[in-house]
Amino acid sequence: MNPQQQQTLSGLRVGITGGTSGLGLALVEDLVARGAKVAFVARDAARVLAVATQNTGAHGIVGDVSRKQDIYPIALQFTGALGGLDVLINNASTLGPVPLVLLADTECEDLEAALRTNVLGPFRLTKASLGALAAAAREGGPALVINISSDAAVNAYAGWGAYGASKAALAHLSRIWDEELRAQGVRVVVVDPGDMDTPMHALAVPDADRASLKRPADAARAIVALIEARTEEAANARRIRTEPAPA
Amino acid sequence: MRAASAPNQRPPDARLLVADANDARGRLCHAARSDLPRLLRPGDLLVANDAATLPASLHGHDLRTGAEIEVRLAGWRSLDFASVREFDAVVFGAGDYHTRTEDRPLPPPLRAGDVLVLGPLRAEVLGVLGHPRLIALRFVGTDDEIRAGFAHHGTPIQYAHVGQPLALWDVWTRVAAQPVAFEAPAAGLLLDWRMLDARTARDIGFATLTHAAGVSSTGDAALDARLPFDEPYLLPPATVRAIERTRLIGGRVVALGTTVVRALEHAATRGATLRAGAAVATQRIGPATRLRVVDAIVTGTHEPGSSHYQLMRAFADGALLARVSAALEQSNYRTHEFGDSLLIVRKCAAAAHGCAARVATIRHGQCALNSA
Repeated sequence: MNPQQQQTLSGLRVGITGGTSGLGLALVEDLVARGAKVAFVARDAARVLAVATQNTGAHGIVGDVSRKQDIYPIALQFTGALGGLDVLINNASTLGPVPLVLLADTECEDLEAALRTNVLGPFRLTKASLGALAAAAREGGPALVINISSDAAVNAYAGWGAYGASKAALAHLSRIWDEELRAQGVRVVVVDPGDMDTPMHALAVPDADRASLKRPADAARAIVALIEARTEEAANARRIRTEPAPA
Repeated sequence: MRAASAPNQRPPDARLLVADANDARGRLCHAARSDLPRLLRPGDLLVANDAATLPASLHGHDLRTGAEIEVRLAGWRSLDFASVREFDAVVFGAGDYHTRTEDRPLPPPLRAGDVLVLGPLRAEVLGVLGHPRLIALRFVGTDDEIRAGFAHHGTPIQYAHVGQPLALWDVWTRVAAQPVAFEAPAAGLLLDWRMLDARTARDIGFATLTHAAGVSSTGDAALDARLPFDEPYLLPPATVRAIERTRLIGGRVVALGTTVVRALEHAATRGATLRAGAAVATQRIGPATRLRVVDAIVTGTHEPGSSHYQLMRAFADGALLARVSAALEQSNYRTHEFGDSLLIVRKCAAAAHGCAARVATIRHGQCALNSA
């Protein structure tokens, strides 16, 4: 591939949670290769450092989206390192208890923990980032929040209670936010990347046929295509706004 | 007046005192602050400072003397906000915000080359800037490491009138974007998304700039006299376009906060027309300033003598401001960053486009609220 041809997202400012494995890592790699300015967050300092080192220019941040006290420090480092924010990808997730258990066997504390990571974390980080996203929208940037969900948010799979319920809540939160924020030029979308060959999938379904699973890089490619489309749409809208009307 | 001592950004009973220099009798009126959009008219433009606030207070010690210190970052030494290595800073000795700044001890005598240990951060003193409390410093490490140090060790600068420790969520406005301010651009705390939606529906424009609001007080008379320090800002092209459009249709440019006034009026002096881009606001605004861009200001209440108060003199004469001060006192308005607000509309020049057609914000002694 010609690296010059790939710079489709040059200068785009993207923040990603859960950036050191699975889909999040694939997104970091794809976006950096396309010229985007990327900052990512994950809990393990050593892995954050390793991913930041392998992806030149990417800003690694240590933090835990399930902790309320970590949210503003993350938002501060995203917007500080990137000089603003065009796209926020809430990708960090937890499965809840593993091996997967029936909802009736799920401890209350485990359900709470799943909601903290999969619902409260994205809610808090999006809220703390809205000022930066709305600023990007006013300047003609894409101003996009992508919340990673799952078909478990739609279908009732036995054993996927904590995960499925939390992802369903995230999906509905996203739809309401998209209604509310459209007037400010900020869009919020939910993406179901499908079943991927990731460490998380291996935890949930240890005996899965890995060959039948999507590669994270392919799932990332589809999400990056969505970002490219939105970026182009925003740029066209800006052109219409700023060009003088024909006489 | 009374101090607003709780970090409540939008108390439901927050008030707005309105003074319009175009009212021949100099009358004032009181409104609910949430009614601000109804005091504006279609075609007006509200301009806010969208700077997020840094956790700019860093506690630690001076390595040479071992003395406990508090460093308050107070000025960018570079126009490039991506670089967080060098700052000007105000330094205090032992203690914290619970003690009034006026009563805080001096730091140990600092000199170039001293090393300050601030939690996970280390900084070298580059020099003392003409006052024992004011230094230039350089942090050790990469920009990402330094930002992480601020994020985890720093806290928002705060003063004794608020007793509980402030978190970033207390001081970030709803529109807070890039973290470049040392103290909250507090006038913007009144904004919420409902208000922003309400003004969209009424065709009132909204635009932003990013201005690195500096410290509002050091507690030292000699140093306070040097405030405000130089403040870099970024004026986006979209905001310049919005202001030009507002001028064209005879609307008013309403600045949300003193930092917006300082940035816009500075940008207006850079060329024949308002110029977008990055620059450093160095000027002082006072009674002698001829405002070129801003028609009205929404701001907190300020004590006579402060640089903020001097800035208000550019909008209203001493007689009107004296009436404002008396009304704030009489009606027990809350002061400081979480307090009530003022809207001051300056007298429009008769020659200005649309001036004659403008309807005063105060009619028959009442705030003229437009339909919701």
